[in-house]
Amino acid sequence: MNWLPPNGALDGVTLDHLLRWNLAVVFWLFVMSQALLVSALLWRLRRSTAGPTMVRPSKAFFIGELLVLLAVTGLYIAMDFTGHQLWAARREAGPAEHPVQVEVTGVQFQWYFRYPGADDAYGRIRPALVSAPNGNPLGLDPADPHSADDIVSSILTLPAGRPVDLRLRSQDVIHGLFIPGMRLKQDAIPGLIGHLQFTPTVPGDYVILCSQVCGLGHARMQARLRVLSQPDYDRWIASREKSLLADASGARP
Amino acid sequence: MPATFTRHQVETERRDTGYGGKPPVDRRPTGGGGGDENWDSRPSGRRGPREQLVRFRLAMFSGLAGDFVFFAVLVSAFFVRPSSGHISAADTFISDWHPLQAPPILWINTAILLLSTLTMETARRQLFHEIDVMEEWLGLGRPAVRRAAPWLIATIVLGLLFLAGQWIAWEQLSREGFFFSSNPNSHFFYLVTGTHAFHLIVGIGALLFALVAMFRFRKVELRQIAVDCTAWYWHAMGLFWIFLFALIVFFQ
Amino acid sequence: MTVSFLRRRVFTTDHRQLAILYLFLGLAAVIAGTLLSLLMRLHRTWPALALPFYGVLKPEDYLALVTMHGTLMVFFVLTIVPQSAFPNLVLPAQIGATRMAFPKLNAAAFWITLASFLTLLSAFFVPQGAPIAGWTSYPPFTEFAAAGPGQGAGMDLWIIAIALFCVAAEAASVNFLVTILRLRCSGMTFRRLPLTVWSWLVSSGLTVIAFSALLAAAAMLLTDRHFGTSFFLPSGEVLNGIVQRPGSGSPMLWLHLFWFFGHPEVYISILPGMGLASSLLANFTRRSVPAYGLMVVCTLLIGVLGLGVWGHHMFVSGMNPYAGTAFGLTTIAIAVPSSAEVLTWLAMLFRGRLQVASPLLFTLGFLSFFIAGGLTGPILAQPALDAYLHNTFFVVAHFHLVMAMAGVFSVFAGIYYWYPLLTGRLLNEMLGQIHFWISLVAAYGTFFPMHLAGLAGEPRHYAQLAGPVTTFANLLPVERGITWSAFLLAAAQIVFLMNILWSVRRCSHVDANPWRATTLEWSPILHPIVRNGPYVYGPTAAPQQDFLPQWATSEPRVRSS
Ligand code: HEA
Ligand code: HEA
Ligand code: CUA
Ligand SMILES: [Cu+2]
Repeated sequence: MNWLPPNGALDGVTLDHLLRWNLAVVFWLFVMSQALLVSALLWRLRRSTAGPTMVRPSKAFFIGELLVLLAVTGLYIAMDFTGHQLWAARREAGPAEHPVQVEVTGVQFQWYFRYPGADDAYGRIRPALVSAPNGNPLGLDPADPHSADDIVSSILTLPAGRPVDLRLRSQDVIHGLFIPGMRLKQDAIPGLIGHLQFTPTVPGDYVILCSQVCGLGHARMQARLRVLSQPDYDRWIASREKSLLADASGARP
Repeated sequence: MPATFTRHQVETERRDTGYGGKPPVDRRPTGGGGGDENWDSRPSGRRGPREQLVRFRLAMFSGLAGDFVFFAVLVSAFFVRPSSGHISAADTFISDWHPLQAPPILWINTAILLLSTLTMETARRQLFHEIDVMEEWLGLGRPAVRRAAPWLIATIVLGLLFLAGQWIAWEQLSREGFFFSSNPNSHFFYLVTGTHAFHLIVGIGALLFALVAMFRFRKVELRQIAVDCTAWYWHAMGLFWIFLFALIVFFQ
Repeated sequence: MTVSFLRRRVFTTDHRQLAILYLFLGLAAVIAGTLLSLLMRLHRTWPALALPFYGVLKPEDYLALVTMHGTLMVFFVLTIVPQSAFPNLVLPAQIGATRMAFPKLNAAAFWITLASFLTLLSAFFVPQGAPIAGWTSYPPFTEFAAAGPGQGAGMDLWIIAIALFCVAAEAASVNFLVTILRLRCSGMTFRRLPLTVWSWLVSSGLTVIAFSALLAAAAMLLTDRHFGTSFFLPSGEVLNGIVQRPGSGSPMLWLHLFWFFGHPEVYISILPGMGLASSLLANFTRRSVPAYGLMVVCTLLIGVLGLGVWGHHMFVSGMNPYAGTAFGLTTIAIAVPSSAEVLTWLAMLFRGRLQVASPLLFTLGFLSFFIAGGLTGPILAQPALDAYLHNTFFVVAHFHLVMAMAGVFSVFAGIYYWYPLLTGRLLNEMLGQIHFWISLVAAYGTFFPMHLAGLAGEPRHYAQLAGPVTTFANLLPVERGITWSAFLLAAAQIVFLMNILWSVRRCSHVDANPWRATTLEWSPILHPIVRNGPYVYGPTAAPQQDFLPQWATSEPRVRSS
């Protein structure tokens, strides 16, 4: 199964493991059943002249079928159970302590990533202010003190080894945040705020796609996730903050 | 394409009518399958006077089941929306749901509609009143029809009254500034009551048809079917209204 | 002459004629849908290819193709043929009735369906063309004409077409329900109903419920678009720079409503095929259906459980994770009765002797695809894994195998099997086998590799493999292979159409019951009295006869050994 893209997330390891054994089991069931179908044809050719076999199904027949059915059912339950443990760990448990917070916003046909900045609070957003040409694609409200230090980026940069809490929203239509390398997917639904936790472990570049048809640019709606080591990440944040301040002062006459 | 259609020719001659040559009477006024013998063991088309009736009833019921789902979905919107609303700029959740004070006239309308179900039911039962039906079947007169007609007309009048009442309710609301699209609750209200009103208009059409049918149709069975199905439809609309009304008045 | 022809063949209330009309409608739809899918395949593999008279496909064109392909195939092929055409063809006969309960209603249903079909196709010809939101049409993408090309008039036509289809489907189903419940001939008790009839009973029940929900949802979407309501419209919408009117609805409502319809719908499209598979396996192994009761119970269970699993399409929609867990469980639960039927079919193959003929082959094909596609179900049913696989080609592979190909193969099985009822002739066997083997291989060649593309993370609805950041170029060889075998698959269907045309005149006549079948559609008598179950096969008292038809006058006497 080298088809899966390289995984860089903590849970990804478990997920790949689960996915692999699920696929293996299902594949062998598939092979066995297809073999049964073929052998039925061949078998019939061999004994085409033989007389009729069992007419009324015997008791053993039903017991046999029941056993196989129980086995298959047990299999499904096992699959569901193991799968559920991962799900519970991923989604039913709340956010971790002091996660890295990033807000992800889907817009036709762009992903925007917003960091709350030093004050750890996202600035207010006003739809009326949205205007990409004026460099305010999210409609940040300058009147709100929190928004001053908010970093808006088109690349998602994260530190390796720290839990991340994504705040998922959409400006126009439903988009789907899909990071194959993180084995991560959730829809960004307008009017609702989604939350998504994961922990990137392996530094490197990963792809961010859109998995929910959202218009003619759906296939082009891609972005990059860059996972850095903690120090590199701190340096990056610092530089972004500096440039923010620079812009602010530059803006002042 | 010969093979089947030769065979099909035969059938047209032997196509069964669905009426057994018996008077369409039954001990139980609303009863199903018919008399004492087990009709089901007979070939279809020979299953006694009520066969056709039961078919139409069954169709009406399954249709109404679908209609019920339709209303249930509209109502589900009613339950989703109060929780919906939207996230305001400051991340606070704002519900756009402004509870709507149901205009009191709705109570009167409800009473009227309930009354109309009663009149409808009496009308329906007249057509299954055994002695009268026998008389009609023997062609000695139309006692059942004559008895049922006034009740049917009463139902129509009450139905129209209800619709008028609804109209007044809408008038009042719009005077209070609740327009179709002024807020989610109001257009929910208009949509649900509107849909229900539309169903009633269809129902009144059916009632008029039944009224005409009672005098025009020559077969007693057909008269019964026309009235019976209309009645069940009407009852269902009464039932749906009770649900909707309860929602509008109590659940917000 | 022509007038009488029209009255006899077209403007008729005779169910067999309606069946033929439905078949032609389905054929038209499937040809259109197939051509669209081939265009899709071409565009995926050779994006720069310029089509004659059109030029290079734009991304929105691709999405329009996908949307219309899905809509045509789900509604106008796999709902119409197994759930409308086949019942009209044999349902009354199989229960010993000579007519439908409501012939006029039945005919009306067809004409509404046709109107719906034309409305849908007309979406191609309005300004900006067909809708591009996928067959699931999630709002708010479907709320604004400004959301994209095709979301204006095209989207409206789509909604209207769907609404019409809902009405038609329900009308037809009400008629089927009453027919099954009230018009059975004497002695045709429920325990003697053929399994096809059981399937139609359940799927008709599902239709009445599911399509009512869709009808309501479609109506709400339409009022949202044109009458200022906002059921599915949240507030604070900014669409390409412009602030939209504030709404207070939630797109989630549509997701729930659509899938509350959508999942039952996919079972509506396959249940008749499952019933047909049981009947044909009994016939072509010359043995009864073991555990007839079990099969009936499974059919009913699938029908009931099918109403409670819709959430498995919404695991990653941001729905409450506990709801995800619950829907995962119900989905696993519904896999069990399906598996039970599969196991019974597999077991049936080894009782008695297979009589190899094209209907049997296509039934085996149905089995093969249903298993192949069904087995990936329990994987998708795990929210955790679905969080990676959702809306990738893995899902596309799943439903093309379990729905598209299994469904289409059972349609083929039905047509090869019932063709004599229509024409008094059999379809040519050799052409049939060629059609089968090519289709089988090509179908696997088309849809199996899609699993791999899905595992590699390729999402659905992607007009091109190359984006600004990444490219799936490494999948290009796979995609090419898929495209080639898709063309082979479509080409194989030409054999089938030729066979139909050729056999109408050329093939030799056969007697009234060519498959030596037991069910009543083959009965020479019009008003039979049923004395035994639907699948009494095996050596009987009579020397040459190894089956006891339901119209037989003698009590069943089958030697058990
Ligand atoms: C019945 C269902 C059905 C069928 C048969 C098919 C058939 C095919 N589909 Fe389809 N497909 C869907 C249902 C179906 N599909 C749906 C629901 C979607 C999702 C749409 C969306 O996302 O919105 C989809 C999407 C879809 C995609 C994904 C596009 C994307 O998301 O980017 C692709 C890509 O290759 C594809 C390809 C094909 C191909 C090559 C065939 C080929 O197999 C075509 C070959 C044709 C046949 C083998 C059928 C021949 C049958 C007959 C001739 C019988 C006729 C007889 C009578 C009617 C009497 N389909
Ligand atoms: C006929 C149609 C049909 C059928 C029957 C099924 C059957 C099943 N489906 Fe599928 N499904 C679709 C049509 C169908 N599906 C469609 C169209 C979609 C996509 C819609 C869209 O997004 O556009 C979809 C999507 C879909 C999803 C959502 C995926 C996603 O979007 O992320 C899920 C998730 O749970 C799912 C699950 C299942 C399950 C568990 C079954 C089960 O019922 C399967 C049961 C069958 C088996 C389990 C096989 C049993 C075989 C054996 C037991 C063999 C035994 C072997 C030996 C003895 C050797 N399906
Ligand atoms: Cu955004 Cu697709
Ligand atoms: Cu489903």
